[in-house]
Amino acid sequence: MKATLGYYPGCSQSGTAAEYDISTRACCKALGIGLTDVPDWTCCGSTPAHTVDHHLSGALAARNLLQAEAAGLDRVATPCPSCLAALKTADARLADETYRAEVERLLGRPGPGPVECVSVLQVLYEQVGAGGIQKHVKRPLAGLRVAPYYGCIMNRPPGLMLFDDPENPVAMDEILAACGATIVDFPFKTECCGAAFGMPRLDMLQRLSARILDMAQSCGADCVVVACPLCQMNLDLRRGQVNAASGQDIRMPVPYFTQLLGLALGLPEADLRLDKLVLPLAPALEAAHLREQACERAREAGHAAKTTGGKPDGAPAKEDASCA
Amino acid sequence: MRIGVMVCHCGNNIAATVDVEAVAAAAREFPDVVYATDHMYACSDPGQKTLEQTIRDLKLDGVVVASCSPRMHELTFRRAVERAGLNRYMFEMANIREHVAWISLDRKRNTQKATDLVRMAVEKLRVDRPLTAKSFDVQKRVLIVGGGVAGIQAALDCADGGLDVVLVERKSSIGGIMSKLDKTFPTVDCSVCVLGPKMVDAGQNPRITLHMLSEVEEVSGYVGNFEVKVRKHTTYVDWTKCTGCGACEEKCPSRKVPDAFNENVSLTTAIGIPFPQATPKRATINAEHCLRLTKGKCGVCEKICPTGAIDYDLKDEVVTEKVGAIIAATGLNLFDHRKCGEYGAGRYPDVVTSLAYERMLSASGPTAGHIKRPSDGAEPKTVVFIACVGSRDRSLGRPYCSNFCCMYTAKQAILTRDHIPDSKAYVFYMDIRANGKGYEEFVRRAQEEYGVEYVRGRVAQVYPKDGKLIVRGTDTLLGQQVEVPADLVVLAVGVEAAKGAPELAEKLRISYDAYGFFMESHPKLRPVETNTVGVFLAGACQGPKDIPASVAQASAAAGKVLALLSKDKLESDPQIAQVATNRCIGCGKCERTCPFGAIRMRELRDGSKRAEVVETVCQGCGICSVTCPVRAIQLQHFTDSQLLAEVNALCRIWDETTES
Repeated sequence: MKATLGYYPGCSQSGTAAEYDISTRACCKALGIGLTDVPDWTCCGSTPAHTVDHHLSGALAARNLLQAEAAGLDRVATPCPSCLAALKTADARLADETYRAEVERLLGRPGPGPVECVSVLQVLYEQVGAGGIQKHVKRPLAGLRVAPYYGCIMNRPPGLMLFDDPENPVAMDEILAACGATIVDFPFKTECCGAAFGMPRLDMLQRLSARILDMAQSCGADCVVVACPLCQMNLDLRRGQVNAASGQDIRMPVPYFTQLLGLALGLPEADLRLDKLVLPLAPALEAAHLREQACERAREAGHAAKTTGGKPDGAPAKEDASCA
Repeated sequence: MRIGVMVCHCGNNIAATVDVEAVAAAAREFPDVVYATDHMYACSDPGQKTLEQTIRDLKLDGVVVASCSPRMHELTFRRAVERAGLNRYMFEMANIREHVAWISLDRKRNTQKATDLVRMAVEKLRVDRPLTAKSFDVQKRVLIVGGGVAGIQAALDCADGGLDVVLVERKSSIGGIMSKLDKTFPTVDCSVCVLGPKMVDAGQNPRITLHMLSEVEEVSGYVGNFEVKVRKHTTYVDWTKCTGCGACEEKCPSRKVPDAFNENVSLTTAIGIPFPQATPKRATINAEHCLRLTKGKCGVCEKICPTGAIDYDLKDEVVTEKVGAIIAATGLNLFDHRKCGEYGAGRYPDVVTSLAYERMLSASGPTAGHIKRPSDGAEPKTVVFIACVGSRDRSLGRPYCSNFCCMYTAKQAILTRDHIPDSKAYVFYMDIRANGKGYEEFVRRAQEEYGVEYVRGRVAQVYPKDGKLIVRGTDTLLGQQVEVPADLVVLAVGVEAAKGAPELAEKLRISYDAYGFFMESHPKLRPVETNTVGVFLAGACQGPKDIPASVAQASAAAGKVLALLSKDKLESDPQIAQVATNRCIGCGKCERTCPFGAIRMRELRDGSKRAEVVETVCQGCGICSVTCPVRAIQLQHFTDSQLLAEVNALCRIWDETTES
């Protein structure tokens, strides 16, 4: 039957991005995806390792692949795109004999065989799918205008990630649309937020993150939805710094897609931890609710106008368009 | 038998890694070899003279030359042997260059292998028999596939030279891509004005038969006598009656058909003539969108047609053409820009291909020559051109340069500034490749006279913002990121092989490269020939080419065809299958396996059957001879005994080396 799916949370998800981990687990459970934690997992190496030593970063990731292998897991999912990139890169590079030998020397034991690593987003998109999710939706996110923001490495490099369109990814769009949200045509889906440059070059991060928020705002989004803990931190926790640099005051919240998915699935707050977001989601949900109510009224008015034989005037029709 | 052997140095090509003198010395010990020598260049005039002189002086019966591939010089040496009075098939060639010298640096083992190959050639020559070619009649007609500028030029030249021409075109008019262009570089001539007269000539020339909406279905036969089945797709209009008045087009109620001639920039009708200069100027029904053909309703065109030319029941027709030569001139396709998601191609209406932009520039185009953004019809004030879209991009599997995009981009930028004087034009480029006559000067004019901003760098992203398209890229000369707010973005799409090119190549039995472009016989010295005798190439089907290069190659191909068909008879290759009638048991297996239909069964007076080879059809592939259960069919010059002589030689050598 179906092999067990391993789960590698990654360090961020046990700290600053705990809500991503909690909501991911809750959504998977609600959608019938069993996750088995990789036992005694350790850091994948993240950005610091591969910036200084490719063999060391490979060894750090390979240790986790070995842990997965030992537990009989040949497919491992992780919510974090950076962890995913580290695991996939190590898995690919281990095919090279010289690289493998050096990694094995660092590990002090034989390296892992091939392990398939995937993102939680890919698992939800491919295993459950938009149609499957739609069947489980209890509280549709009606009226909520979302800008899906994938970050630069969820789908890239395409030859390694092998998932979705590297220039115009759609997996998160389709999942959120299945949740009833309205997807705005967001051109900066894969732009860089500044990533780890918040430490050495804050100015760079400020400029890049401000562009993304500015674009989301001009697209008329209520929130930017993310799938990466670092993107989330830069756009949410660092908002004060970003706003200060751009001279704007953008209050748009930045939830994880799993939080919105959980919301639509009707999961309790304890499973979503919306309280962990710096910028609260509630105003966005409130705005969506009011918009939806206005649409409802307009639809009823239009319906009434039609049934009384009169032509619906321009205003409701226009309202209808924005409701669509 | 008296055999002579000549081992060639080929300068250093062979001599550097093969001890040619040792090979010659070893050859002197082979049976029947009375003479062996080495020569610096066997193919040179002195080399051939030595060969001829030795044959006469020593009264040789056959010669072995150990040198390059027979594809290079077999014919050269066969002629030399013939000049010295021998039959040209009493000659064998051992390939010690491509098969030995060029593939290994191990001099000792190379020398051994070269010696082995010479031994095999000598053993085969000992059982070779003289063969004589027969001559056959040729069809003095040529079939040209593709009615673009290359096909038209080749057709006109062949017709001028007195040949009957059959021109097969997939579309409903000849003219190809050139007929879609507004202007041509570097002269900024009106494209259709210079092409038009040629199209008219091709349409009116009594020697040229046009098959429109047609495709080659099957090709059989051989040089001088090809038989080509052409499928003529139905137009649902009787072209013998249609006068091209256009009344049907005016009244057709199906008006939302994407206009393919205008690169789908605009809509057209389900019946019509693609453009004013269309040749032949006849109406065609688009079956996909015709209300009568899809829903069974309508029939307006039938009622309106003054000559009663509309006939919804017309069917495809297959005609067979007998021709002596074929020219492939199938042209190119443009790269599918939707593969470049970063430019938003296919998502944003104001990101268009260069050919769509060309149609917008054209006075007979969908916007009557006024440049309008597709999204709102506004006149763009800032137009950004992105070069190399689908060219020189390994990540897209298109590593090659498309040859002419730099130039048409310069032309379109100039025309933009011409049409809208207060506009700005930007070109993002990698390198400018302007290597034709007057081309570099033309690009300079765009930059200096027309003030087109050339930005050296790639574009990373195009995205909409506040009603503009923001083009974000790098300026590698400034070492900076740049953002240009544009009203319209034009993608200079690169060249791909024409749709279906590999399939056509299979039918014509010619080679094609990894990208679907047809292979010429030799990249330097046989640029219009293919490896199938009688099939020639013209234009961009062989590789990205601009108009002058396509026209030049078309005339060259026509010249080759005229030379070939100037002879009344051609000589057939005697290296074909032959049936030993007394051995044949009439089982018919060979008839069933022959891929060329070159074998038929003949009934003898006693009612029994025997196989018979149609000599002009046989291609000498040898499949029949391995099929024959009684070895009654033998391929001449490659008979069982000749091949076994080679195999035995090799095995004997192998035995000797393993024993020692």
